[in-house]
Amino acid sequence: MRSDVQAIYVMWLRQVKRFIRAKSRLVGNIFQPLLFLAAFGFGFRGARFVGIPTTVSYLEFLAPGMIVMSVVFSSMFAGISVLWDRQFGFLKEVLVAPVRRISIVVGKTLGGSTIALIQGFIILAASVALGVRISALSAAACVLLTILVAFSWVGFGLAAASRMEDVHGFSLIMNLLIMPAMFLSTAFFPLEGIPEAFKLVIYANPVTYEVDAVRQVLIGVGYISLWIDLLVILGVTCFTIFTGAYLFSKCEA
Amino acid sequence: MGFVVEARNLTKVYEGGVLAVDHMNFEVEEGEVFGFLGPNGAGKTTTIKILVTLLKPTEGEAKVCGYDVMKKAHEVRKSIGIVFQDPALDTELTGRENLDYHARLYGLSSDVRRRRIEEVLELVELTDRADDLVKKYSGGMRRRLEIARGLMHYPKVLFLDEPTLGLDAQTRRAIWQYIRKLNKEEGMTIFLTTHYIEEADKLCDRVAIIDHGRTIALDKPSNLKDVVGRDVIYVRSSNDLRLAENLKSEGWVSEVKVGEELAIYTSFSEKRIPLIFKVAQEVGVEIESIKMKKPSLEDVYIYYTGRKMRDDEAGPVEHVRMLRGRRLS
Repeated sequence: MRSDVQAIYVMWLRQVKRFIRAKSRLVGNIFQPLLFLAAFGFGFRGARFVGIPTTVSYLEFLAPGMIVMSVVFSSMFAGISVLWDRQFGFLKEVLVAPVRRISIVVGKTLGGSTIALIQGFIILAASVALGVRISALSAAACVLLTILVAFSWVGFGLAAASRMEDVHGFSLIMNLLIMPAMFLSTAFFPLEGIPEAFKLVIYANPVTYEVDAVRQVLIGVGYISLWIDLLVILGVTCFTIFTGAYLFSKCEA
Repeated sequence: MGFVVEARNLTKVYEGGVLAVDHMNFEVEEGEVFGFLGPNGAGKTTTIKILVTLLKPTEGEAKVCGYDVMKKAHEVRKSIGIVFQDPALDTELTGRENLDYHARLYGLSSDVRRRRIEEVLELVELTDRADDLVKKYSGGMRRRLEIARGLMHYPKVLFLDEPTLGLDAQTRRAIWQYIRKLNKEEGMTIFLTTHYIEEADKLCDRVAIIDHGRTIALDKPSNLKDVVGRDVIYVRSSNDLRLAENLKSEGWVSEVKVGEELAIYTSFSEKRIPLIFKVAQEVGVEIESIKMKKPSLEDVYIYYTGRKMRDDEAGPVEHVRMLRGRRLS
């Protein structure tokens, strides 16, 4: 029991320490959402979109999407980093320790979520600096939501890493799954004035609900009922966390 | 309890039918340095992986510190320390952090943790580099840190899989010293695998010679060498079989074996070389090369298998490992 609590702590601490030390990784991770936020936010300032209320600027519309994007990227990466642990041998050290696998999964999830939250918060702060108006209360609600989002994507990364043999699968997942999931959601554009077939894809994408919920909480604009958003997010989070934990418990070093 | 490690008919067949460990039987006594000597792909690493609960045996059973590796994996894990063949450190952390995290995973309390970290660092002489990131360490330092880490939680037995693989001769000797020291000073039972003859010979109290997943001989290095006899003369000739036939009847030859080379077991080998030439000439066999050796464990290996112990060739398991990427390694 003692070593299980310690295992959770160690897995958490290790990730946070590595994150703090690798400054270049932090810059790399938040650069893309920041770039999109600034370039699109200011570039499309004059444009009018069907479905975005006239009181809300495109920058404000985009900010929640970019917060979710940075959280998705970094938490997915935290989960899938098991691949690197395997590559560099550290996974074996953890797997022969007298601790339950579930403690390792919990520690990994908490560590990955912590990092994801820090990055999400940086984007949030940057949005405010760029002129997005956010109340403290809505920021707090946003944090709660992003914790769930982070959990679900750590779980997804963990599941993917448990099924892959080497690090080459990572770029495949990134380019074929995560990037499309961002662009085929409501992160960049509203859910109105889009062809029906395209809408189906967007509805089938969990990122849509994550972005929609965060956007409703932050700036009060949404296209789906917040309750449905929450229901989908909770469902997806439970599913990916359990799948990730199960597949990881079966994996060999 | 008696034995620290016991294996009975231990067998591992990998998916695809590769027989890596073939009904192996052996015991490791408390306080000894026990070695597995054999070429790559002989099944050494697979056996260790079964013993440390990373792989499940297909057949047979193994006990470590009295616990069955299948049924009591958790207890086994608590009582062993391991240094893997491939490095298993987090290079983005400092040496001290690697040790501290390990100690936490094994449930050591904070004061024991702090004291033990200093102890093991001192043992492997890394105290002054403890707060550097591991990625700045040399290969030898990393290996020493791993040995220190394996010792952190006072294991009853320390498994070392090829502890000096890829290290230069000087570092290798230094690692041997640490291994001896912790065997003597901490009374640690040590189970190591190696394909270096010298390592097995100099370091181990008892050696099991492993070939194709089987223990083909198991004894003290000196006893193993006694089996071979006193000296060996290796001959390559135009017709090894014919030469062997004619040498067998000579009174001074204790045994002749035909393998990759003709191995003639005898005493006073320096005086026998002219006699071999004489016999060869009489029966019309041309000698291409001849060399004599005081027996080493290599000669013991040749005695039992007829082959030299090569480490440049991949065995069947190695081959599968390469095909399947990192899964098995």
